Amino acid sequence: MTQPVSPPRDSADKVPSAVTPPAWRGMLFRADVRTLSLLGVLAALVLIGGITKPDEFLDTRNLQLVLTQASVIGVVTVGMTFVITSGGIDLSVGAIVALASVWATTVATQEYGFAGILFTAVLVGVGCGLVNGLLIAYGGMVPFIATLAMLASARGLALQITDGSTQIVTVDGVLDLGERDAYVLGIPPLVLVFAVVTIIGWLLLNRTTFGRRTVAVGGNSEAARLAGIDVRRQRLYLYLLSGLCCGIAAFLLIILSGSGQNTNGNLYELDAIAAAIIGGTLLSGGRGTIVGSVLGVLIFTTITNIFALNNLQSDVQQIAKGAIIVAAVLVQRRTASTT
Amino acid sequence: MTQLPTRRGLLFGTAAVSAGALLAGCTSNEPKEKEQAADPQPAADDKPGKPVTIGFAGPQADHGWLAAINSNAKSRAERYEEVTLEITEGSNDTATQIGQIETLINKKVDVLVILPADGKALTQVGLKAMRAGIPVVNLDRIFNTPQAYRCWIGGDNYGMGLNAGHYIGERLKDKQNARVIELAGLDNLELTKQRTQGFDDALKNYPNIRKVARQAAEFTVESGQAKMAQLLQAQSNFDALWNHDDDQGVGALRAIEQAGRDDFLMVGGAGALSAFQAIKQDDGVLKATVLYPPTMAASAIDLARALGQGKGVGGLAEFEIPASLTLYSAVVDKANVDQYMSTGFE
Repeated sequence: MTQPVSPPRDSADKVPSAVTPPAWRGMLFRADVRTLSLLGVLAALVLIGGITKPDEFLDTRNLQLVLTQASVIGVVTVGMTFVITSGGIDLSVGAIVALASVWATTVATQEYGFAGILFTAVLVGVGCGLVNGLLIAYGGMVPFIATLAMLASARGLALQITDGSTQIVTVDGVLDLGERDAYVLGIPPLVLVFAVVTIIGWLLLNRTTFGRRTVAVGGNSEAARLAGIDVRRQRLYLYLLSGLCCGIAAFLLIILSGSGQNTNGNLYELDAIAAAIIGGTLLSGGRGTIVGSVLGVLIFTTITNIFALNNLQSDVQQIAKGAIIVAAVLVQRRTASTT
Repeated sequence: MTQLPTRRGLLFGTAAVSAGALLAGCTSNEPKEKEQAADPQPAADDKPGKPVTIGFAGPQADHGWLAAINSNAKSRAERYEEVTLEITEGSNDTATQIGQIETLINKKVDVLVILPADGKALTQVGLKAMRAGIPVVNLDRIFNTPQAYRCWIGGDNYGMGLNAGHYIGERLKDKQNARVIELAGLDNLELTKQRTQGFDDALKNYPNIRKVARQAAEFTVESGQAKMAQLLQAQSNFDALWNHDDDQGVGALRAIEQAGRDDFLMVGGAGALSAFQAIKQDDGVLKATVLYPPTMAASAIDLARALGQGKGVGGLAEFEIPASLTLYSAVVDKANVDQYMSTGFE
């Protein structure tokens, strides 16, 4: 190909396209198609919701409701995306949310008010993440097994703490954040936390050494080690991060439900994994997308919302959820194979 | 054939500290011993009788109501000085629970109280206990065959729905085109279908009332909040809500508060302390709850004790305890809440 004779009018646009190899453009294009296809699914859902229940669905309150409901699982999914990108898995997220929420809402910690609950929830989350990380990174355990063990013991501990009863939150400042007219910068507080976690997660994965190391460890951990990355320390940090997200999610759940219960976070591990996979994060590691994961969460929450608004029963909801996972992954495979 | 008695003998040898007389006494089985008891059988009362060891096996207490079941059984057993309670670690796993019950059979407890995680799946081990001469008090979730238990005691799920429906029906009977919604429990449980059936049947008596929506939650606070928030968004106006379970009701009430709604009346289910308190305060939508009393576990201990001592039930003319007892799903509202407050579970 001959270079253009006259100098390009917009050098910033034209020059890179001539210099960079086609593979780079292909990857950019592919990522866009993936995100676009998810946005397309979301748009289709919004259309369905708008057609079937125009008054209820296309309502500001409903938009807030969907985003609020997505916040808790969304924060967990951001953490999960990092772990999966590194080639790992965290099956203990739901159990950690349960443990963190009941620990934070036991009478003893409620005496310390808002800060006590927040601090405890986050600390318990990080603590569980630390145990996961140490077992996997330095104990040499397979992530599947280590986090499975954490799932069992954290749930057990949550049950022991509560003795099966529901811990009702009596600290006012906490509940205020979940009230209908609670806004921070015009956004419901839970949604704001979700947005901040998403943005930090995106920056961390795409714009930092930490993110590049995560991708490298997931792509080929041996190569990453030879390239001078402390793979074990990186793995430890990743499970810590996932635990931290669970702690934050537990706090959000306390605000949302006004209580802590040992059944909290039920099946979060599967929902978070499903959302990340739908979003385009590879289960085998080496590729992760925060935007995709968040879109995956929003798709699930929107489906649940539309089903409830149309009064469809839970059996139908489950079948449709399964079908959408299959459809989304098939679309992903198609878009992935075209490049 | 010869192995079995030998092993049993060995078990006895190690277990029994006392002399051979006791050993001989134990080999004759329980029912025979009871037949030998005095003919006009006295009714069970609080006076100490002969020592009874009761084995108790229940599901994992991961829910307020089930936790209350365990504590009710324990505290009732403590009331009788002659009753020893052998309680197993609760489990929702069928195989685990079967193993635990077999252990209790091997320990030769006098009576078994079983709340199966799954009634159908545990029928066989119930039969096994009965064949081993240990009478079974089947609590709440019912075995497949009456041969697997001597006595069944439990709540009335259909009755819960029925009474909730009638309570709402009476409150709304003068309202034209009244709209009712239902927040059900776990849809894959038989009891949820029975509760809904009872509710629907009751509403048939009130042609002015129409059920406009039903969503199933999962008996958890989190699911109660999530499903109720959606229901409130879907139904901009309705007159009454029936929620199957007070635990998920904590979440449902939270969602109602968050949506700022107070234009309807709510009836709960089960009988949690928090629900009783809300009904007593009467400053929210929750006006009543339909009981599914965890005190049934305490009653099961009473029945097991009576069985072990070969007694009938006080207040009845019968010499034996009944074959089945279905508890009444009373409606608790502001008028009678004080009476029930002590039975509320956390």
